[in-house]
Amino acid sequence: MTRKLILSSPLLEITISRLCQELIENQIQDTETVILGLQPRGIYFAERIAAELGKQLNTNFQVGRLDATFFRDDYRRRDTIAPNSTDISFLIENKRVILVDDVLATGRMVRAALDAMNSFGRPAKVELCVLIDRIYNRDLPINADYVGKSVNTLPTEKVLVEWKEQGHEADKIWLITQ
Amino acid sequence: MLKSPHLLGIKDLDEESIHLIVKTAKEFKEVLNRPIKKVPSLRDVTIANVFFENSTRTRLSFELAEKRLSADTINFSASGSSVKKGETLLDTVNNILAMKVDMIVMRHASPGAPHYLAKHIKANIVNAGDGTHEHPTQALLDTYSLQEKLGDLSGKNIAIIGDILHSRVALSNIYALKKQGANVRLCGPSTLIPKHIQSLGVEVSHDVKSTLQWCDAANVLRIQLERQQIKYFPSLREYSQFFGITRQMLEELPKEIVLMHPGPINRGVELSSDAADSPHSIILDQVENGVAVRMAVLYLLASRG
Repeated sequence: MTRKLILSSPLLEITISRLCQELIENQIQDTETVILGLQPRGIYFAERIAAELGKQLNTNFQVGRLDATFFRDDYRRRDTIAPNSTDISFLIENKRVILVDDVLATGRMVRAALDAMNSFGRPAKVELCVLIDRIYNRDLPINADYVGKSVNTLPTEKVLVEWKEQGHEADKIWLITQ
Repeated sequence: MLKSPHLLGIKDLDEESIHLIVKTAKEFKEVLNRPIKKVPSLRDVTIANVFFENSTRTRLSFELAEKRLSADTINFSASGSSVKKGETLLDTVNNILAMKVDMIVMRHASPGAPHYLAKHIKANIVNAGDGTHEHPTQALLDTYSLQEKLGDLSGKNIAIIGDILHSRVALSNIYALKKQGANVRLCGPSTLIPKHIQSLGVEVSHDVKSTLQWCDAANVLRIQLERQQIKYFPSLREYSQFFGITRQMLEELPKEIVLMHPGPINRGVELSSDAADSPHSIILDQVENGVAVRMAVLYLLASRG
């Protein structure tokens, strides 16, 4: 097994800052835009994006956590995955939702998340922001609107994201080859 | 992941599984507070609710849990069925399974009935109460409700008061609480406390007042007259004088305790009306949590296929 570092500080901060610039360029506003981090690791990225946007625009964005475990399409086809918490303490009806995840690979989690989100209302618009886009790994016709870094990976490889908030020493994103 | 494809009792469940069920139930409780209270997980699963004994709460709770998980459900009750014509339990259930049913939720008056079924049929089985033996989902929802109020139950003092002898809720709760490291004290007339129950690691008392002073939470049980073929105490009036809990007794305690009851309540017997409706009582929280806990159990069992 080999590990290759594909992203870490300070490049990660620059990437987050650039993604926020792109969001601002697309005219997001705190009054009509909410940010939803996808469990389990997208929530940390969502917090970072919200904090950086808050800094750049001098305002606060509402951030929620969405868990799509109960909407997965592989239930009863693999071992049970324990659910994580969902915490959305605001309305998403008619809002512009920025769905945030750390890695986009097959697109199946995003499909599940779109379904899970429907239980909370009908957003006006949903956009997808990911830190790592594993291109050529897609099983579904889903693409991200904002991409931190595109990487070309084999299906047998794995992208591992380590956030400081999870107790790691530093933010690091690894490509793992079996 | 649960180790068994069935939930027959708390006795065979390890602490890790109890925690997994409670954690999953917590997430389902959040689902139940959404505008759309439904998830698609069990949409390819058919569940039969087979009730050989009367039930209101448990049956409605299971049915709602199944519907919230998008499962297809069929209901069977022994009254008005071919059971009255002499069909055996195994034949009845095999006929239901022949209609392509994946899970059986069963309540039966005979202790061990679900264990017997589990040995002979392929579907997942959930015990919804077997006679005076076990009622595992009730103990799990009691655990969840207690944890919401008291946090980790390790070292907490929990009293179970009332008809312990005929109660499946008591036995399942004793197993669940002991596995989580709680101290358990049973309280009731000596005729309604099973002999040798201390071997399960519980204390026994016959004094309600001192038991209430000792405990952090009291789970009060109903006198199950329908299971009592002989008289265990002179009269219900005398029972309520000695073992009934009133609001005044709760308010005289040095600390606030949590009051629980699995239902149905016999108001004026084990609990006075003002005690049952007091702020101490989490009886309706138990009912609400019951749906979430049953969703968790069905979700975790069904995933084993």
